[in-house]
Amino acid sequence: MSGGDVVRRSALATTGGRSSESREQRVLSIIETARAKRAKFRDERVTMAHGAGGKATQSLIEGLLVPALDPDGAGTLAQLADAGAVGEDLALTTDAYVVTPLRFPGGSIGELAVNGTVNDLAVAGARPLALSLSLILEEGLGADVLRAEVESIANAAAAAGVPVVTGDTKVVERGHADGMYITTAGIGRRDPRARLSPRAPRPGDRVLVSGPVGEHGTAIMLARGEFELDADVASDTRSLWPAADALLGVAGAGLRCMRDATRGGVASVLNELARASGVGVTVREGDVPVRPVVTGAAEILGIDPLYVANEGVLVAFVSPAAADAALTALRGVEGHDQAAEIGEVTAEPPGMVLVETAFGGRRVMDQLVGDPLPRIC
Amino acid sequence: MRFVDEFRDAELGRVVAGEILAAVDPQRHYKLMEVCGGHTHAIYKYGIDDLLPANVELVHGPGCPVCVIPMGRVDDGIAIAHEPGVIFTCFGDMLRVPGSDGTLLDAKAQGADVRMVYSPLDALRIARDQPERQVVFFAIGFETTAPSTALTLMRAKAEGVENFSVVCNHVTIVPPLRALLESPDLRLEGFIGPGHVSTVVGARPFQFIPDQYGKPVVISGFEPLDVLQSALMLLRQLGEGRCEVENQYARVVPFDGNAAALRVMGEVFALRPHFEWRGLGFISQSGLRLSDDYADFDAERRFSAPGVRVADPKACQCGEVLKGVIKPWECKVFGTACTPERPIGTCMVSSEGACAAYYNFGRFARGERAAV
Repeated sequence: MSGGDVVRRSALATTGGRSSESREQRVLSIIETARAKRAKFRDERVTMAHGAGGKATQSLIEGLLVPALDPDGAGTLAQLADAGAVGEDLALTTDAYVVTPLRFPGGSIGELAVNGTVNDLAVAGARPLALSLSLILEEGLGADVLRAEVESIANAAAAAGVPVVTGDTKVVERGHADGMYITTAGIGRRDPRARLSPRAPRPGDRVLVSGPVGEHGTAIMLARGEFELDADVASDTRSLWPAADALLGVAGAGLRCMRDATRGGVASVLNELARASGVGVTVREGDVPVRPVVTGAAEILGIDPLYVANEGVLVAFVSPAAADAALTALRGVEGHDQAAEIGEVTAEPPGMVLVETAFGGRRVMDQLVGDPLPRIC
Repeated sequence: MRFVDEFRDAELGRVVAGEILAAVDPQRHYKLMEVCGGHTHAIYKYGIDDLLPANVELVHGPGCPVCVIPMGRVDDGIAIAHEPGVIFTCFGDMLRVPGSDGTLLDAKAQGADVRMVYSPLDALRIARDQPERQVVFFAIGFETTAPSTALTLMRAKAEGVENFSVVCNHVTIVPPLRALLESPDLRLEGFIGPGHVSTVVGARPFQFIPDQYGKPVVISGFEPLDVLQSALMLLRQLGEGRCEVENQYARVVPFDGNAAALRVMGEVFALRPHFEWRGLGFISQSGLRLSDDYADFDAERRFSAPGVRVADPKACQCGEVLKGVIKPWECKVFGTACTPERPIGTCMVSSEGACAAYYNFGRFARGERAAV
């Protein structure tokens, strides 16, 4: 067959003028209705995309977990917050850590397991009080490796000022875990200054990030050695409580909401909050702090740093009146001197994140479907 | 970053945008096609559309090598990936392209050993390291990536790596362009020509477009200033009534291409009589297979892939969207049977495809953007 096969006549192509306009509106409203619906979990099996923090993860959580565990939205699970409320003033969170390799420039799985859970409490406006620690160890794991991780956990917990008060260990057969998996839970006390809600952001609010983005994910990708790239990038894993504490101190009720920008990066967090609060967010690309070495690696890998995971960066929505003081306070916290205001909340378009590119154009920064995959072209 | 930031200078971008405004006839509507998926990506990433006047429309072409792989080929790949002992390798963005029953990512979840590689050489290295396994590379791409597949196969042959083979889905750029140009309802005035392909084939193969079809071509680089300048060069040709192949990407593209790359391709590949394109149907002499000298490395011979052609659903109108005949929302299956989560046609597969972009951002499409 020849290229003439391409030709297929369309009756619709000849539809012109007014009727086509109304048809376009109709098609758009069908799509809008479909998009606004709660994500359904319809996949036959779990794929890696379900763990990547994008749309597939959302379908797993909103389509399977929330309907089963918090069907009428009476609890806090349905709010999809980093930490849930327990009683009047306590917050509870839990997280599992499955990173490969176990050690990487700037950190290790043990450090992540402490800081990640501490950070989920911190961005929920809760002062971390105590952690639980559960270790799943693979048969054959070197004692030195284990000892080093336990030491990392102890050091990170001491640095964050949060004791590990209970724990559990299990050993699984060789091949059933990647060396070790860690689960930690954390309990914290809600800070009386906090008035945080994912629904609080409103037009005019400013968006702050607490430091350069994309470092952790880039460090991990390079440490895996799949790309034969070397660059001086280290994980940014750290406790975010000092940063959260400083923001609560200066902004008080002007601090609308915080999130730690872990998997899926800053882009995913902004999308979640835009959806939750029904506002738009405009990001000024040129104002987003990214270290040149991360920009370079991302350029080669064809990945956008705004979608890359962080382990020590929070995103804060702050009222316009409190924004400048909040930024100054944040920059005064150790490790956050490169904090920046990267954009603001708008009324339109609701639920979407726009980027003003450094080149002067605009684009929509959507949620990822799955893992950010390197592009061929 | 040196040698990158210079081509992303917003000041210069505004200057070029001003010159474009001066070059267009406000009474006229211009539809320009960027052939290459890389250009589509740059246009989307930098918001280049926003810098163009409302009467200059960019139409996204068939040059995304991932999106044009038809369902039947994906199904074949998945079938091979499920063969016992096979390590199946491919580029990252191929993993999410749907076949008739799922993607390679789904196959991985079902237990197939599917791995992402950055280069066919990585696949060959896996084969060398694991001689007890069969390592298959799912090769895709235009003349841009074909030479690296060819070199890898030459190396595999020289080293006698017997557990390595390739599913060859390489395609060539000229036949689909000719197919587009042949169609009587084409509504395009000029082409932003593919830069990376041209580093291999040169600018000469595109001469037939002005000569036989009377449409101008500008071979373009991939940075935002490259794309803007190429649009300007095209619009100037149209304004001045010129019609030729111009090379904006002269810093990389030699007029006659890369002779060494063309030579290795000639040795390792042979033309298929025809090849199927998602959304475009069969196009004659548009695909490459392994040449007889390399038949031993041909995964299609080594494994018994079903080789069944899975027809695009009849209602899919990607061909017309690509030609600029209809808008995405005018397609019969748009937004109903064909969505970004479950795409049918090439335009919905890639997030930057015309239909996917319209599905996701339609409410905020260009006309309304100007008004906001």
